[in-house]
Formats: sequence, structure tokens, C-alpha cells
Amino acid sequence: MSALPDTAVPRLLRGVRTRFDRVRGIWVLLAPERTLRLDQIGAAILAETDGVRSFGEIVDRLAAAYQAPRERIAADAGAFLAALIERRMAEAR
Amino acid sequence: MTTQAQPQTAATQAQPQADRPVEVRPPMAMLAELTHRCPLSCPYCSNPLEMAARETELSTADWATIFAQAAEIGVLQLHISGGEPASRRDLEQIVGAAHAADLYTNLITSGIGLTERRLDALVGAGLDHIQLSLQGVDAAMADRIGGYQGGFARKMQVAGWIGAREIPLTLNAVMHRQNLDRLPETVEMAVAMGARRLEVATVQFHGWATRNRAALMPTRAQAREASRIVAEARERLKGVLVIDYVTADHHADYPKPCMGGWGSTGLNVTPDGRVMPCHAAHTIPGFDFPRAPGTHLGTIWRESAVFNAFRGFDWMQEPCRSCERKTRDFGGCRCQAMAFAGDARATDPVCIKSPLHARLQTAAEADAASDQTTLVYRTGP
Repeated sequence: MSALPDTAVPRLLRGVRTRFDRVRGIWVLLAPERTLRLDQIGAAILAETDGVRSFGEIVDRLAAAYQAPRERIAADAGAFLAALIERRMAEAR
Repeated sequence: MTTQAQPQTAATQAQPQADRPVEVRPPMAMLAELTHRCPLSCPYCSNPLEMAARETELSTADWATIFAQAAEIGVLQLHISGGEPASRRDLEQIVGAAHAADLYTNLITSGIGLTERRLDALVGAGLDHIQLSLQGVDAAMADRIGGYQGGFARKMQVAGWIGAREIPLTLNAVMHRQNLDRLPETVEMAVAMGARRLEVATVQFHGWATRNRAALMPTRAQAREASRIVAEARERLKGVLVIDYVTADHHADYPKPCMGGWGSTGLNVTPDGRVMPCHAAHTIPGFDFPRAPGTHLGTIWRESAVFNAFRGFDWMQEPCRSCERKTRDFGGCRCQAMAFAGDARATDPVCIKSPLHARLQTAAEADAASDQTTLVYRTGP
């Protein structure tokens, strides 16, 4: 079970963006008063989250790219995006 | 001119720890205090009692150099503050320079001095986020606390302009005995403004606030009720409003992890370019604060005596040294240790393990029980 329906279109809210941190050699998510270190999975999810693709499409693309079971990707990506939504960094429409 | 608790020993507070080098991680955040000038005169202002005069303020170009150096050494988030940063007429250029350095740029403002045109220019220059201060939920309270007639009405107007432009907004409500009972309305105001975040910031008793302890110290019951209200609101407003909560630490049993550890995550640049580990570090005697941009920020961050003074754990005394909490709270606030224990290496007296804990709490209870409401306002530079 995923935290987001396949048809929902997630996006980062204005003022929230990813950036490669050259000094630390990591991807980070910058948001008001918050900096989150992104692991490879988080960075990959957000790279697909463009405000156009539906959650279902994002999961399909990640499942193909990482050759991983769709259900597991859906659970991971759903939990990750739901946490960002709860923290007012993202929304899904 | 200071009435702050005087240090008992002044000479050797700031000697760096020698021998074992401590691992220095890159800083995450920088606070740029553009000016100490401000139209408001809040009685809990975190600016120092002796402020930098306008003539000594860094230039636009100086700030641009500092921002580039900050980004180079790993700073990701920039908090532009003051005083009131909008009192600088070159604020738009300064924000532009921060954006050009690829820093996430947050403006901390009372709103006074901002216009619709300036807001548009700031957004155009790359401003990412605004943190708007709140002195009270109505004009009577807010204008009295801020010492500025009409300030509340103006602030509400600015909040409307920010909302209309959908600029990411945090409301920063400074709370104390005189307004803590209106915390529920404060939360509702943040929601109504469309703020994504609310900081419930109980006054910290440094700087000007030390002159207003008897008028501002919350009661223990207020502090407890505030914690309950925040917990309830966090649950109820999940996905609507994120609440950060700075507790009334004088009523607490353990200290704050001040600055996430001295010299570990953040640095502060004053209007005249002095670089400090926190905004109250000047209250610890013996430091010779290096100046930006003359000295490179990276050199200051890695090598200066002041940034190395309380890095790591070797500087600690008992009970901190053997305490299992030291990796969480880093012994608390060095400035509070200085103010109460006269020793910046002492345990923060907020801590229940500090021999001064009982004295600190007794003093807080006494101030909280005062019926004083008159305020000593900060004065300008």
C-alpha cells in the first residue's frame, strides 16, 4: 500500500529545491529553515518529481531504472513524498 | 552600560584548547546581520547592548564577497537579518548577491520598510523565503511590545502582500509572559496568513531581554500550557502548518543544543564584519573576533581561536565531560554558562546537573511572579 494514489501529481512547493552540494559531495533538499541530506533513493525520487508526472508514472520510471519491484518502489517513494507533504515541503494534486 | 550578569573571572575564558585537533565539518548556515538599525525597539532584541553604528556597516560589495566565501566553504542557507534588514536600501542587491552565490536566501524581517515594489524586486533578485516576526496578535499588544505605533497594521499589510505573491512564509512569534496566553490565536493567525511554518519562540534571556526579565519571564504554568498547545496544534495542523518551538529553557531540566554545537553548523556575521559562532558570543570575554571579508571565512571557520574554543568535547568540565547527553546538547549554551556561572566552560545552568540549576530556576520563578509590565526598550545604534 502506498501513501499516495497513482493518479496524484506530486511537486515540491515553491521555495523548496534540490541542489548538488559540491563541498560535501551529496544531494540536498533546501527548504525554509531546513536542509535535508538526500540519499540516492531520495534524490532519484525527486529527480522524477517534476509537477507533471503522476505518482504512478514516477513509480513506473523508478521501477524500470532500478529494476526493482514496483510495490516496493511505490511504498518507499510514497512514504518519502508523504513525509515531505506533511512537512509542508511538497504537495500532491 | 551593561546590566547583564557580570562574569566573575574575565581573563582566560576564551583560550583555545590545544593539542588534539577536532574534526571541523563545513558550516551549513550563516546569519548575516546587515545592520543594527531598526524602526522597532523590542525589549528582547538579540542585538548586543552596544550596537554597530551605521558608518561601520559593511558595503554591498563586502557582503557579496562574504557570500561567495560562505558558499565556497559549504554554507547552504543564508539568513539575512538585522536589526531590520529592510533598513538597508541596498537589500535587493545584497539578496541578489546571495542568490548569485547559490545560497538559499531567507529574509528575517519585521516587515517595516518593505513595500510591494521592494517585495517584487526581492523576489526578482532570488529571495527564497521570508520569516516575518510577530510581536502580538493585535495592535495594542504588538505596537506596545515593538515600541512602534502603527507597526502591527503595517505588518498585516505586508503579510497580505507576501501572501498575494505566494512567497514562502514563516511567522516568527516571540512569546513571553505578556503574550503567551494568546498562543492559540497566534497559531490561528499563522494559518490565516497562509504561513507554512510557525516558530513559537519563547524569549531567550540574552542581550536586551536580560533587562526585562521581570516583565517578560513566563510562568512555569504558562510554559507547560504552551507545550501542550503546541503539541495539540502540531497534530491538528499536520500538512498545513509546521511548528517549531523554542521552549522557556529557564523552566526546563535540560539545556538546548545551542547552535547544534559551537562552531559545528553555523556562523554569524555582524553589521561591521565580525564573525562569531553565535549572536551572543561577544558576551564571552577574551575573544578577538576575526573580521570578514578581510580574513577569509574559511580561515576563520577552521583556524580561529574563537571557533575552536568549544569545538568537540575536550573543553568540557564535569558534569558535562562524562555525561551521556553531551553528544545531544553539547553542554548547552556557552553564553548562558558565562552569564550565570562566570565560566563559559561550565555546564549550562539550565541543566539539572548544574550546581547553579536551583539558583537559575529560583530566579526565574521570582521574575515570573513579578507583576511588572513596564518595558526597557532597546535603543538604536
